[in-house]
Amino acid sequence: MSKITLQDLSHSYLQSQNKDEDWAIRNVNIDWQDGGAYALLGPSGCGKTTLLNIISGLINPTKGKILFNDEDITKKNPVERNIAQIFQFPVIYDTMTVFENLAFPLRNRQIPEDEINNKVNEIAEMLELTSTLNNRASGLTADGKQKISLGRGLARSDVNVIMFDEPLTVIDPHLKWILRSKLKELHQKIKRTMIYVTHDQTEALTFADQVVVMHDGQIVQTGTPVELFEKPKHTFVGHFIGSPGMNILSCQINNGSVTINGTKIETSNSKIGTSNFSKIELGIRPEFISFDKKGLPVKILNVSNTGKNKIIETESDGGKIKLIIKAGEKVPEGSAFLTFKKDYTYVYGDDWIVEK
Amino acid sequence: MSLELKGIEKKIGEETHIYTTDLKFEKNTINVLLGSTLAGKTTLMQIMAGLDKPTKGEIWFNDQNVTGVKVQKRNVSMVYQQFINYPNFTVKENIASPLKITGIDNQEIDQRVSKVADLLKLTPMLDKKPNELSGGQQQRTALARALVKDSDLILLDEPLANLDFKLREELREELPKLFKDRDCIVVYATTEPSDALLIGGYTATLLEGKVIQHGKTLEVYNKPNNLDSAKVFSDPPMNIANINKKGEICSLLADNVTWKTNLNLRDGSYKVGIRPHNITTYKEGKNSIEISGKVLISELSGSESMIHFTNGDLNWVSLSEGIHQKDVGEETKLFMNSDEFLYFDNNDRLVGNV
Repeated sequence: MSKITLQDLSHSYLQSQNKDEDWAIRNVNIDWQDGGAYALLGPSGCGKTTLLNIISGLINPTKGKILFNDEDITKKNPVERNIAQIFQFPVIYDTMTVFENLAFPLRNRQIPEDEINNKVNEIAEMLELTSTLNNRASGLTADGKQKISLGRGLARSDVNVIMFDEPLTVIDPHLKWILRSKLKELHQKIKRTMIYVTHDQTEALTFADQVVVMHDGQIVQTGTPVELFEKPKHTFVGHFIGSPGMNILSCQINNGSVTINGTKIETSNSKIGTSNFSKIELGIRPEFISFDKKGLPVKILNVSNTGKNKIIETESDGGKIKLIIKAGEKVPEGSAFLTFKKDYTYVYGDDWIVEK
Repeated sequence: MSLELKGIEKKIGEETHIYTTDLKFEKNTINVLLGSTLAGKTTLMQIMAGLDKPTKGEIWFNDQNVTGVKVQKRNVSMVYQQFINYPNFTVKENIASPLKITGIDNQEIDQRVSKVADLLKLTPMLDKKPNELSGGQQQRTALARALVKDSDLILLDEPLANLDFKLREELREELPKLFKDRDCIVVYATTEPSDALLIGGYTATLLEGKVIQHGKTLEVYNKPNNLDSAKVFSDPPMNIANINKKGEICSLLADNVTWKTNLNLRDGSYKVGIRPHNITTYKEGKNSIEISGKVLISELSGSESMIHFTNGDLNWVSLSEGIHQKDVGEETKLFMNSDEFLYFDNNDRLVGNV
């Protein structure tokens, strides 16, 4: 078990680097506390797999250091790092029984057989594999096989970190929640440092206490699910988390107050000074907008239904705005006014939140 | 213009894939076929396209019997779950391909391609090859090819299934707009209830080779005529519990939860169907009922929380707005909005919703 620190980490697959885009990951700094449940979340191409491979030792970073418990292990090979990794697709030994599969990593380390017995039974119990222990692993369903992969990752108690790389891809959608709850429960029981890599917001937010959001090779925010929803630090987080994502509108700053074509908008940033940003935007989630008698004038473009809610698409002088209202609520026709909840309205300068 | 399936049946050997089906789709409509894998969606679409022959029954298009007419002779386009494009052609050539064989002159082809490319936001990629594109752009190319030739019938077989969540959200929103001013019938197969709702139009719910219900999407959703249709049209899965009704009091058999109803039903046993979003961590509606349970997990989806819990010997799913984290094993209280309950009789037919 370990605390993991990534220090000024950057990596490029190119020989020389001239611009930001040449880097697969840029200036990554993180402290992952011992025993924490973390997720690394981002779309394909954001750099999360590169980062994972740097931690496991498959890639040597161009710049920066990796520390396990404050010890620099940047130059160590994957075996010396002592990590358990669970992949997208189940990796099992078809000719072995479920028991032998789970015992495999322990036998490799010459652990006494009675200790192995106890450990395997304990893991099998947690994953509800006990009744299949003597069966050939090849006969199991996809989720049964993936449970074995998970079990093998959890069997060793000496690993520094357990890393999951999109582990539920092969699982039937209707069974996903069951494995999600298993993973969550396992973390609560064994309190090992776990890092879960995924592009799926539900996977990340459900598993992790702290979610690290990556975009274009950078970490744009680390926070709890509530923080990511209520106060996105970067426009990408606002857009990526939530469905539909945050509305990002163009706005103007005049004497410290925010306006959209003359309509003043109250924001949670109390006073905005004169800025040197090349782009100033306002962010507000569809959940925090309502129709009102006055406010920002909009044209109604489209109404769609989710069963419990209506999603209304409107056009304002700052760009398109979506809002969510209850399915039973009336939608004004033609044009309307919107008001935003002040506490959830933020100003972004060059995509980053402008703090007080 | 209309497409009509009259008494269609499909058997392969002894096995029935489609049970006797009658469906009619009208001009300028989007029609969703909603059902899980193996419900028969793809088989039905292939029969509609003329790629597959029904064992029994007839297909009529514009009041003409087209049963047995080959796909080449019909004016049909199809888009599949996998991104199917010609790998050696540019995006432009891919989109133009269905027109090249029709003998339309090049100037007209160029005009139509650039119009469709514009609509699908592909203009900057026209000279690229499919493998240089993202998954979303590849599927846009396939859609553009389906749109460019003014088909009478456009069949979309789970076109968004292989896309990342955000791309899916974006394209799903655009789809109904693409077909808005077109003189054609669109059929859209999906496993996802939310797709059907957001696309709107008409929906047919399917289960194990049978069409259970067909009508306007919101009507099918709000008034499922039986429990199967309700189940197919609910994700997360609908909660179903046995209840007893005596006078105006209903009670859950598994727990001592009771509520009042003014439904005009005989006393006796029924089933109640409760959609997950009608069980929340906060009170909703005028007739809110408390239910307690032990948390199995709370799944967070960004702006919503899905709490799985047990009550009695049943597993329940609730869906609340906002982020509500609960620990595994925690005892919790939730609220059911009884105004939204669906009541079914012992033959699983809908007998009432308020």
